[in-house]
Amino acid sequence: MRLGLTSFLKGAAIAAALALAPAAVDGGARAQGHDVIHLPDTKFTFDGVFGTFDRASAQRGFQVYKEVCSACHSMRQLSYRHLTGIGLNATQVQALASQFQVQDGPNDNGEMFERPARPSDRFRRPFANDAAARAANNGALPPDLSVMVKAREGGADYLHALLVGYEEPPPGVTVANGMHYNKYFPGHQIAMAAPLNTDGQVTYADGTKSTVDQMATDVTTFLAWAAEPELEQRRALGVRMVIFLTILGGLAYAVKRKVWANLH
Amino acid sequence: MADVLANPPKTSPAESGPRHADPVGTEHGEGPVRRDFLKLAAGSFAAVGVGVVAWPFINSMNPSQDVLALASTDVELGPIAEGQAVTVMWRGKPVFVRRRTAQEIQEARAVPVGELRDPATDQSRVKQGKDQWLVVLGVCTHLGCVPLGQKPTDDRGAYGGWFCPCHGSHYDTAGRVRRGPAPTNLAIPDYTFTSDTRIRVG
Amino acid sequence: MAEGLHNSDVKNPVLRWVDQRLPIISMVQREYGTFPTPRNFNYFWNFGALAMITLAIMIATGITLSMQYAANTGLAFDSVERIMRDVNYGWLLRYAHANGASMFFIVVYIHIWRNLFYGSYKTPRELLFMIGVVIFILMMATAFMGYVLPWGQMSFWGATVITNLFSAFPVVGQHIVTWLWGGFSVDNPTLNRFFSLHYLLPFVIAGVVFLHIAALHIVGSNNPLGIEPKGPKDTVPFHPYYTLKDSVGIVVYFLVFALLVFFAPNMLGHPDNYIPANPLVTPAHIVPEWYFLPFYAVLRAVPNKLGGVVLMGGALVILFALPWLDSSPVRSMRFRPIAKWVFLLWTVNFFILGWVGGKPAEQPYILIAQICTAYYFAYFLVLLPLLAKFERPLPLPESIAQAVLGRRGGGPLPAGATAKPMEKA
Repeated sequence: MRLGLTSFLKGAAIAAALALAPAAVDGGARAQGHDVIHLPDTKFTFDGVFGTFDRASAQRGFQVYKEVCSACHSMRQLSYRHLTGIGLNATQVQALASQFQVQDGPNDNGEMFERPARPSDRFRRPFANDAAARAANNGALPPDLSVMVKAREGGADYLHALLVGYEEPPPGVTVANGMHYNKYFPGHQIAMAAPLNTDGQVTYADGTKSTVDQMATDVTTFLAWAAEPELEQRRALGVRMVIFLTILGGLAYAVKRKVWANLH
Repeated sequence: MADVLANPPKTSPAESGPRHADPVGTEHGEGPVRRDFLKLAAGSFAAVGVGVVAWPFINSMNPSQDVLALASTDVELGPIAEGQAVTVMWRGKPVFVRRRTAQEIQEARAVPVGELRDPATDQSRVKQGKDQWLVVLGVCTHLGCVPLGQKPTDDRGAYGGWFCPCHGSHYDTAGRVRRGPAPTNLAIPDYTFTSDTRIRVG
Repeated sequence: MAEGLHNSDVKNPVLRWVDQRLPIISMVQREYGTFPTPRNFNYFWNFGALAMITLAIMIATGITLSMQYAANTGLAFDSVERIMRDVNYGWLLRYAHANGASMFFIVVYIHIWRNLFYGSYKTPRELLFMIGVVIFILMMATAFMGYVLPWGQMSFWGATVITNLFSAFPVVGQHIVTWLWGGFSVDNPTLNRFFSLHYLLPFVIAGVVFLHIAALHIVGSNNPLGIEPKGPKDTVPFHPYYTLKDSVGIVVYFLVFALLVFFAPNMLGHPDNYIPANPLVTPAHIVPEWYFLPFYAVLRAVPNKLGGVVLMGGALVILFALPWLDSSPVRSMRFRPIAKWVFLLWTVNFFILGWVGGKPAEQPYILIAQICTAYYFAYFLVLLPLLAKFERPLPLPESIAQAVLGRRGGGPLPAGATAKPMEKA
């Protein structure tokens, strides 16, 4: 049996190598091309295996999105009802949704009309379509933020770094007209002007001091939740799965050992 | 298949000589007891696992969150004249909104409740003080057809309410089943009067 | 017993009635119950069962996902996001399906590696092996088309690049590509047919897997020693011995699978595929899924378009000729002192190919890819045929039982035969 285990461990090691090799390969590939940008490792409450979203931070983050980002960026995959996921109750969601006007229709006269949003409505989009969005933004299309954290290398760390990474271009670097220098953006020239630029830009109801870094952390937390609303449920289920499989594996191994013992 | 595969080198534990333990394993003194317990434990664990794993698959076919949160429907009552009815869509199904005449209400209330297949007073089927307005789900409780009776030209059946053409169920002016195969009255959806001339279904 | 009925051993009268008319119970009993199986399998022999389990998982998750997915360029991306957010356990089904593809390839790569190391492709198992290669190629086609369905940037550009491979063929190439696309670019007709085929192919795979197993049960399994069982002492009934050993492997496999799905579901994916497909912008670094990278490296090793495509195809097709390229009568590499190292180097070489496949197409990666491609083919076309002629294999043990049980197996052992056979497993 000892021998069988050895071979099994070898198999597992190979499986692990096969599984991990591509990650290393990808990581290598993505660093290519431009100079390698090292992202600072921001501490988020949802880091790690047991991390969860800080609800208060995510709610503040939604406020930042609502008051700052949503002027240009849509979040078309989210509906107001989803906000129960960051700790709002049904009444709060209802009240919040009704602040927004969304288009509905056609009515009995065949016309589209505006009405206050309901929880089941998707987030109001700032522009009717991509062409309108480009026209209003110097030809640059503000990307949808629904899954932004999953759609960028570096995820939440990258978003946070990007939001606080605006600075004067270093000497010798010319920034194109309408572009802005950001030390964490690939290529360093980004069309979006620093969206969070002054402390106190947003007034938090809970009294938290709205420094640029705080706002960046909050809105990143909100976007991380928006991209992976299942994260907490997924990890909790995962822990239970792993415990269950470990016990089952032990039992299966014991039975197998016992039965095979008769052969030797 | 069976015949094709019928000829692998033949052997069985019984032929394999004394050095082979037999697969049932009764040779070792305490073997059977401990193994039986182990087998039972491992087997039940595995069975629980399979059962638990089946649930996400089954549950994924239940209504999803966006379907459950489907928008409620507002109905403007102003344009509906006495004796008229409108049909609105809610959760993919028709909802009948009828403004009943005084005579229709009286007819509905004159029926002895005890004689009904699915006993219910007319009062219990409308909102208090809004006796004119009958709001029912326009789905026959027999097998799900949409009954006739909304258009002025429709056959309203023998009791002046609705008539289901599929299998001939008759409903009265309170939407109660009076004749035919339907087992229960037309269902009443959740709705509230948001103003005197407006209701919200759902 | 009535005329024409199967002679059934089943006791239960109802089951017996069925078994007499359709002997499936007898068949399962024979093929998975008493089926004589070499007693010396190591855990590498789990991977066939693991592959079958994975196929079942992929079909089950795939069918439930397809109930929610919309194969339309305007809806596909959003329908996948709806699965992730609104469908009950939709995220679990999708992550299990997406990572299941990776797990499938890990399992099948190990299964193939075991086959190559222990010489399972040699006579009489040539056809069994070739059917396996067919399964592998079908898997690649299925995985490729499945990756297109979420309609992200990598979906779109992967589909564009891979379908364009066919344009390398002279004269008919462009026509083939237009036919594959159903238009003049990868677009809605392409997505629709890929969805249709992605749904169909797993069932084709299941059919071919059935043939694979049918063929296996004719010739019987190979084993780590590479010698045929000679008598009853060399085998054990499949049940309970290997059903239990497979169960242990399956649980451990699920553990690895669960870690991936629950704690790192996007590790093997690419962030760009969370950006909706945009036919006007190609992502900066477009790489296929990891399991295609070694073959992608072969493709890019050749500066000629047709040459690259042919060579990449050749890297797969050459496997069909392997049983005849390696004519050494000794199956297991344990007893082939030189071939063993040549093969292990080939394994490392395959990993390096995978690594350069993910690198940009520039020096020194192209040169590395070329060297590795040369070795990949040289192993099959030059080294194995030569080794078959000139290598002196170690003496083989007389029987499996003898090698496994030592003296208890009966009879004195020839020197060398005991060369720690199990530890190499």
